[in-house]
Amino acid sequence: MKQILSILVENQSGVLSRISGLFSRRGYNIESLAVGITEDKTLSRMTIVIDGDSHTAEQVEKQLNKLIDVIKVRRIPQSDLIQRELILLKVHAGQNERPNIVNICEIMGAKIADITTTTMTIELSDTPERVELMVELLRPFSIREMVRTGMVALQTGGGTISGAKKPS
Amino acid sequence: MANITVAQAIIEALKLQGTRVVFGYPGAAICPVYDCLPASPIHHVLVRQEQNAVHAASGYARISGKAGVVLATSGPGATNLLTGLATAYMDSIPLVAITGQVSRDQIGRDVFQEADITGAAEPFTKYSYLCKQPQQIGRILSEAFYIASSGRPGPVLIDLPVDVQRERIEFSCPDTVCIRGYKPTVMGNALQIKRVAQAFSHSCRPLICIGGGVLSAGAGAETARLAEQCGIPMVCTMMGLSAVPGIHPLYFGMLGAFGSETANFAVQSADLLVIIGARVGDRALATPSILEKRSRVVHIDVDPAEIGKNLGASIPIVGDAKAVVSQLLESTGRVDCAGWVEELSRRRQAPQPPLPPARPGFISPHRLMRRLSERLRADAVVTADVGQNQIWAARGLSLNGGRFLTSGGMGTMGYSLPAAIGAKLASPARQTVVICGDGSLQMQQMELSTLCQEGLDIKLILLDNRSLGMVRELQQTQYDGRLSAVRLQGGPDFLRLAAAYSLPGLRLEREEEMEEALCWLLDEKGPRLLCCAVDPQERSLWPPADGGAGKEG
Repeated sequence: MKQILSILVENQSGVLSRISGLFSRRGYNIESLAVGITEDKTLSRMTIVIDGDSHTAEQVEKQLNKLIDVIKVRRIPQSDLIQRELILLKVHAGQNERPNIVNICEIMGAKIADITTTTMTIELSDTPERVELMVELLRPFSIREMVRTGMVALQTGGGTISGAKKPS
Repeated sequence: MANITVAQAIIEALKLQGTRVVFGYPGAAICPVYDCLPASPIHHVLVRQEQNAVHAASGYARISGKAGVVLATSGPGATNLLTGLATAYMDSIPLVAITGQVSRDQIGRDVFQEADITGAAEPFTKYSYLCKQPQQIGRILSEAFYIASSGRPGPVLIDLPVDVQRERIEFSCPDTVCIRGYKPTVMGNALQIKRVAQAFSHSCRPLICIGGGVLSAGAGAETARLAEQCGIPMVCTMMGLSAVPGIHPLYFGMLGAFGSETANFAVQSADLLVIIGARVGDRALATPSILEKRSRVVHIDVDPAEIGKNLGASIPIVGDAKAVVSQLLESTGRVDCAGWVEELSRRRQAPQPPLPPARPGFISPHRLMRRLSERLRADAVVTADVGQNQIWAARGLSLNGGRFLTSGGMGTMGYSLPAAIGAKLASPARQTVVICGDGSLQMQQMELSTLCQEGLDIKLILLDNRSLGMVRELQQTQYDGRLSAVRLQGGPDFLRLAAAYSLPGLRLEREEEMEEALCWLLDEKGPRLLCCAVDPQERSLWPPADGGAGKEG
């Protein structure tokens, strides 16, 4: 089962390697990891997706909390989740294919970020499931390359991660 | 404070922390700091290899109760620290290691003696710093000592480029430390304390299990008082040895793969297990899943990540052992379990098969430990190495007010002598005894020279079986007796080795001379080496039965 961890960390060098090192050391697998700075520029926020049961997630959470650079850890329950992922896809698109691809983009709410005589680069930000669907829909058109950011997530409602105290 | 160099600032900060002794080995990248040492009141102990500086600082920390300090240079000096840091990390020993680094403009260019030590030490340190901004040194040192010594103690590393050490700064050291991501819990949750008190009153066969956390929190006396107040028996892990007196009527010995039969029976039969400051390692409790089904578990630990890691706890309490045990002292009363204590006492007193005499030319290490135990001073510090000697010492010695130091978690050979050097410097008045094998001595014998240089009165007991006894035993029992690379041939003659350092030495080969030899070792002043001939066939355990609870890992 997928577990989503949202983590506030010190925004300084070495933190990412401390976190990723912890995962490999303790034998936990990262499915995706996304990181960027927050409203407070001294803090970064990571969204890590792991595959494991709740016992594993609890252990990961405790080990993360032990890291001194980690300010807060929150496991976001699946039910309260706003999750998004950004994908960029470069597909082969000659004159014949273009209308079909544009059609798919319209249905999926994707943007065309770039176009050449033989390719189109498509941009979509959506839930991981819809991103997956987009990949499937475009696969017949021969995907030249693609890149995904990994999931970022926030909890629904007015609460924030800062409202959660770091248990020590 | 005045305008000084970062190197001088380090000395000032160490003085503010109350550091009297540092252990280290110089090199080009740490020279600015070494340049400031002679004029300072800090005593520097020059070891013979950096790893031993860490072990010595560990011994110092464990006896003084303060963070030990290590200095080393960049590159190989720093990487040599790794085994020492890992050893201290596993046993939760507070240390601050300061390493030199190549200058800032050279970092990342693979220059001479450059190593990414903060990266390499990451899995073995509680935290690490690469100090690139000179003015931060005061804050970093304050934080390093605070992190090393508070919560679950551990080693902290500060990597310091040599050009930073030479920069001048307006030095100031913050009085208080505030790290937003680090707020260790000290007091136990009041509700959980109540639940423990209730669990006590419903229990028929409660048992307190003491780990190394009790020693690092200085909670030995409180824990013994809790046992007395409630009438609950106690056992300990190897790291918890010497936390309570060995002769305490409610103390039933060490548990685990090499533990006592009574202690393991107690663990297996208890209906309430109160684990204090122990991380439930595989050597102590091999089958936690069975245990958590059979008994209720109260797990008290300052590190929340230890609770539930290996053993599910019905009542978890996060907090400092001393604080939590003191809280329990206020909220618990006598538990009705006299029959249980009597049963354990009967088992402990059950007659043991007599220890057979050793073969001619050898002495029995089991008997030696018993005799040594009787002759040790009450405050003695005993350091044991790793291998059969560790098991013989852990099982055979009964310390009552003394301290037992060994590498419990990491099982690092070569720990005993440098740790004893640190321990002796922390508390020069205490009798200090090293127990090691011929394998482990040869991993640390260069430190005999440090011992002589410092003029320390340390007694060495070498259990010489000319082999790696523990591995040999494993090969005999689990590899059909096929011995591989366990014979230590090629000498040396240990008495002549001792003589090379002008250390008096004596060889003991006859059991009837044991008393006399121990007198020679312990009653005379000054360091000396007692080299005891031990049968290579000697087993770790006597009687040679499986301990019951565990397996050898």
